[in-house]
Amino acid sequence: MSTSFPLRGSKPTRQGFGEGLVVLGERYDNVVVLGGDITGSVMTSLFKEQFPDRFFSIGVAEQNATTIAAGLALSGKIPFFASYGAFCALRNADQLRISVCYNEVNVKIGGGHAGISVGPDGATHQVLEEIAYLRTLPHMTLLVPCDYLETKKATIAMGEMVGPAYIRFGRAAVPFFTTDDMPFEIGKAQVFRDGNDVALIACGAMVWESLIAAEHLAKRGIEARVINVSTIKPFDVKTIVEAARQCGAIVTAEEHQVHAGLGGAVAEVVGKNFPVPIEFVGVKDSFGGSGEPEELMEKFGLTWKEIYASALVAMERRDRGFIGIRTVKDVPHYEPALLEADGQVNR
Amino acid sequence: MSAEFPVVFESETFDNRRRPPHEFAPIAQMIRRDIIKSLVLAGSGHSGGPLGSADIFAVLYFGGYMRYNPQQWWSPRDRFVLSAGHMCPVLYATLANTGAFPKEELRTLRKFNSRLQGHPGRDMGLPGIETSTGSLGQGISIAVGMAMADKLLDNNGYRVFTLTGDGELQEGSVWEAAMAAANFKLDNFCWIIDNNDCQIDGRVHDVMSIYPLEDKCRAFGFDVITVNGHDYTELCAAFDHFIANSEKGLGKPTAIIARTLMGKGVSFMEDRYEWHGKPPTWEQARIALRELGEDIPDPVAV
Repeated sequence: MSTSFPLRGSKPTRQGFGEGLVVLGERYDNVVVLGGDITGSVMTSLFKEQFPDRFFSIGVAEQNATTIAAGLALSGKIPFFASYGAFCALRNADQLRISVCYNEVNVKIGGGHAGISVGPDGATHQVLEEIAYLRTLPHMTLLVPCDYLETKKATIAMGEMVGPAYIRFGRAAVPFFTTDDMPFEIGKAQVFRDGNDVALIACGAMVWESLIAAEHLAKRGIEARVINVSTIKPFDVKTIVEAARQCGAIVTAEEHQVHAGLGGAVAEVVGKNFPVPIEFVGVKDSFGGSGEPEELMEKFGLTWKEIYASALVAMERRDRGFIGIRTVKDVPHYEPALLEADGQVNR
Repeated sequence: MSAEFPVVFESETFDNRRRPPHEFAPIAQMIRRDIIKSLVLAGSGHSGGPLGSADIFAVLYFGGYMRYNPQQWWSPRDRFVLSAGHMCPVLYATLANTGAFPKEELRTLRKFNSRLQGHPGRDMGLPGIETSTGSLGQGISIAVGMAMADKLLDNNGYRVFTLTGDGELQEGSVWEAAMAAANFKLDNFCWIIDNNDCQIDGRVHDVMSIYPLEDKCRAFGFDVITVNGHDYTELCAAFDHFIANSEKGLGKPTAIIARTLMGKGVSFMEDRYEWHGKPPTWEQARIALRELGEDIPDPVAV
């Protein structure tokens, strides 16, 4: 299935982070990087090779690394600390709250191995809760870019802004489709596909899945708007409310718990400004597990198929009211054969 | 009958210079009086630790060991991080006595919109508050980061002091910070441990023992000096030793274990862990201030 964006290949978002750090290192002498023993996995190793004098290994001590970063920032440095999101967003949650955000210091955190696409490492290393936490922290900026290139741009942008910031990226190679000429602006959601029938609002790797879902919907004559929310905080209220107003039905999609993440953010602003039906695609209150990324994405319902089915449900609820419509099987023109042909399963 | 009395903050401040040990006593007593006054006005806050560490603060800030300009605090300076953020009444009183801000502002401790927050808040912009602290165990790591910035990158020769409590050492991340300070050979880093063996629930050795402390610090790679935290000669010698370590490039951080008495200087508070987290009543403040050398008249009978 082709989308409005030609697929440029497949690359992990962590590579964008690693390369972005090198660009920052070249531009700014005061960018320093702290390692948490997994520098190869989160690709801070690229910076370490280029700028060994500005790389400091802190060991397996995420709480300490986070607070040391605060001390470096208070001394005029721009410190980046990267680890797996499970450990550099949640293990160090209090350090982020007090020493980084309350202190309002220029600390940058790279949270790798986000979501279940981590694969075989299993539930302990598949962070699915950190968007929920991080977006409640005052002063925090939270970025969840959608592919390798956007991650690189976002990494550079977070280094060039002032204040606490966190970027979420993954381990697995994922579709790479954005282009050099696409601007990246912190706080601005981007409309990747126009349409007024339903809005598919996604972050991270689920943006590509949303684009695919939109093409399948188009075959049924449904034009979906696809919005890439690469900044979760500050949230682009205007773009989201405009989508609610013009489409009247929304699906959110994220590789995160369905609670309190992107979906929660969308529900908050839509509920306040222009209530419309919202369907939430994400992990439904469970932990991950071992397996290949594709197997896991399928198992946990994190593919275009779930987004596609959810779009039908959201539109049905918009057109017929909320009562009695819970799944795609409640949609009257639900056509199992067609959906099966499209690959629709598992709802 | 209300036992309240008018609180007067003495306007005298002190300069920062090498002094003979006997000159610190009046400074420490002034700091203690200011602590009592600000706490009784606040009606909440921590008495024991601040009083117990007043001698350490007197020597550190007024003995020429910390380099700072009270008129322009944010100019190049040594850093002090109060990792035990709840002990801030002593830091506020000390800073006020440097002239960094008007002593009258001590009246606002813990009050709405005050720069003297219940735990130090950097957002309030009070001169001398380098960082927000209050969640135990974090300040020492911030201080390590500051020491790294200079020792490993900038080489401006500034020194970083941090003070932790002893109950605070039960926070595991303190030891992550200690490990890092030695790993990076931060001889510009001085860790002061206020060892009064008291915490809210009781004696530190009963709640969760941190001992043997000197051995632990040494094993973590520190040059360790244990002193009587109320003996000015010993405190001066300890800070002199640290400065010598940093000047000769010892390649090791310094730990000063200061044995102190919680509530030092006020008879009914001394060495009593019950005074960790409460302020004096007006009547207790009257007695405390008298013991600390300020004569507060008896309440007028109505």
